[in-house]
Amino acid sequence: MSTLRIALVGNPNCGKTALFNLLTGSRQKVANYAGVTVERKSGRLTTPSGRTLEVLDLPGAYSLTAASPDEEITRDVCLGRLSGEQQPDAIVCVADATNLRLHLRFVLELRYLGLPMILALNMSDSAMKRDIRVDRNILEKELGIPVVETVAVHRGGASSLVSQFDRDLPEPALALPEGADLHAEVNRILEAAVSMPSRTAKMDDAIDRVVLHPVWGLAILALVMFFMFQAVFAWAAPFMDLIDAGIGAIGTFVGDALPDGPLRGLLVEGIIAGVGSVIIFLPQILILFLFILVLEESGYLPRAAFLLDRMMVGAGLTGRSFIPLLSSVACAIPGIMAARTIQDPRDRLSTILVAPLMTCSARLPVYTLLIAAFVPQQTVLGVFNLGGVVLFGLYVAGTFFALAAAYVMKRLRRTSEDHALLLELPSYRVPNPRDIAIGLWDRARIFIVRVGKIILSITVVLWVLSSYPVPPADWGGTAIDYSLAGRIGHSVEWIFAPIGFNWQICIALIPGLAAREVAVSALGTVYAISAASDDAASQLLPIISSQWSLATGLSLLAWYVFAPQCLATLATMHRETNSWGVVATALIYLFGLAYIASFITYQIAVALT
Amino acid sequence: MFEVASKESERLADLPLGSVATVDCVHQSVPEDPIAKRLRDLGFVSGEPVRIVAAGPIGGDPLLVQVGFTRFALRQGEARRVMVHRALPHTE
Repeated sequence: MSTLRIALVGNPNCGKTALFNLLTGSRQKVANYAGVTVERKSGRLTTPSGRTLEVLDLPGAYSLTAASPDEEITRDVCLGRLSGEQQPDAIVCVADATNLRLHLRFVLELRYLGLPMILALNMSDSAMKRDIRVDRNILEKELGIPVVETVAVHRGGASSLVSQFDRDLPEPALALPEGADLHAEVNRILEAAVSMPSRTAKMDDAIDRVVLHPVWGLAILALVMFFMFQAVFAWAAPFMDLIDAGIGAIGTFVGDALPDGPLRGLLVEGIIAGVGSVIIFLPQILILFLFILVLEESGYLPRAAFLLDRMMVGAGLTGRSFIPLLSSVACAIPGIMAARTIQDPRDRLSTILVAPLMTCSARLPVYTLLIAAFVPQQTVLGVFNLGGVVLFGLYVAGTFFALAAAYVMKRLRRTSEDHALLLELPSYRVPNPRDIAIGLWDRARIFIVRVGKIILSITVVLWVLSSYPVPPADWGGTAIDYSLAGRIGHSVEWIFAPIGFNWQICIALIPGLAAREVAVSALGTVYAISAASDDAASQLLPIISSQWSLATGLSLLAWYVFAPQCLATLATMHRETNSWGVVATALIYLFGLAYIASFITYQIAVALT
Repeated sequence: MFEVASKESERLADLPLGSVATVDCVHQSVPEDPIAKRLRDLGFVSGEPVRIVAAGPIGGDPLLVQVGFTRFALRQGEARRVMVHRALPHTE
């Protein structure tokens, strides 16, 4: 028997993806639809009688009149209009049994497709708990399609659906006459088939009274965010140290086993260091997404967006931008990945473009070094340490310019078209561990495979630039000075002279493109410090504080507020937007801002000192 | 159906917190307004009861509106498109 292609279609929050996870388990494939950033999730399933099904989990949609790229994909696949994607043989409409007033309208709309259809009344356990009774027989008769009950969070909760696939496909569903009033029809069917003691769950009402309260709601939100931020910042640190040490140990081991030469250099400093720079981000990504998935599945995330929406709209963003931007304070990479929870593509793009301006933790080593070298040890207002004040100022500057950049982007778009919110606040639910685990696995895999490739290859390129050509034996300076990176650094010095960068900084910025904190060890290399890199900072301190002017130090600080000196961020941007144009835009505007800010800082500092 | 229904009709955006009303119609702010179409798809159609459940902490924006069995957060611009008439206190 040939493979049957089934598409799961339903409203957002109908538990469709949970049902998909239950049906296909680990036999899933996540890819992208060609040319768009919408994820294509498919999986395989074998029925008890041995029939093979290819199940496609289409993005949630309220209507076939699409209002977002996600909904366009659902519409085009259902209509068989998407190139490279066959029209499914049958459609499983997934509807939340507790939310039929909304979901049945879409079921009626889908009947116009003329495809064989099955209705899965999902979350039938929640419906039972709320004393909502759905007469399946009447519903089948009214809709003219088979209706099965499913509980996506229970093992075996989809057995009635699976056994439907072993029968012959139902006849294509008959549509209502063109132009029929679907809402009136839904109300008529509900009247006949459903009895419902109350329109809302008492539990939701009670929780929302507190969680959406103008004072308590914001207090709870602040607490949740603080906890999440702490977790990403602090919990990930030991794992990152472990990965760092592990990669270091492997590097040393391989380095000792191989003779000195280009192969050893490539393996240790290029490939092993490159792999390390990819997986070092995993702890933060996994912890952040653990929080995001739990908050999303439980129904809290849309509530947070509700509370913060007005504030973020002022800056040209949306309530959903808050979590991506907050997590970017730890690291822009999980932050940019978290932007996929933003439905409106324009809001999502703005959020992705401004996320690198939030002060990430990789800037700290650079800031610490420069502040220690150039900011005098002074007490301000009797209690505050001047260095601490400057550091705080740098964080504030990053946040301010991120919001300002978003505001400017909103102005530049100049579309008078409203950005719709129309955000559903679903019922609260206990998150299902299987769905969380599959979600985490997806994120980790996508990051390692797609982003990792770019990071690894550029790390190798940067290593080649900083190592070749090898200086002759009578060369007086450092090896990096003789290398291509050194020559590039010298040749672009005139560009950076107006902002006070000497040739040493120019060279260090090249390997420093890999990641911000690399600039510190790269400076160490340029100044021929032979110690291990973690000791470089303390040895660099006296050198730069004696050799650089104050204006140069401050200028470099300003540079690091803006400059996208992190190719992992740029690779993630490319992966999440599927566009090099976005990456180019980010590069140009962030380096542009960095240059302007450094120029102003340097010139003012020179004039004053 | 998309004209102002009656004199007592008011905008959903102007209702105080907790009020109950019945939808008259959804205005289009531009021809072929996709947001108006979406509001109707979500259940904001004539005769449907709605309730203002909550309001955002800053300026009461967005509004949380119960329609059917579902709650939607609507920004002011969206809630201004929905015309309603308020239920008499004793009819709920």
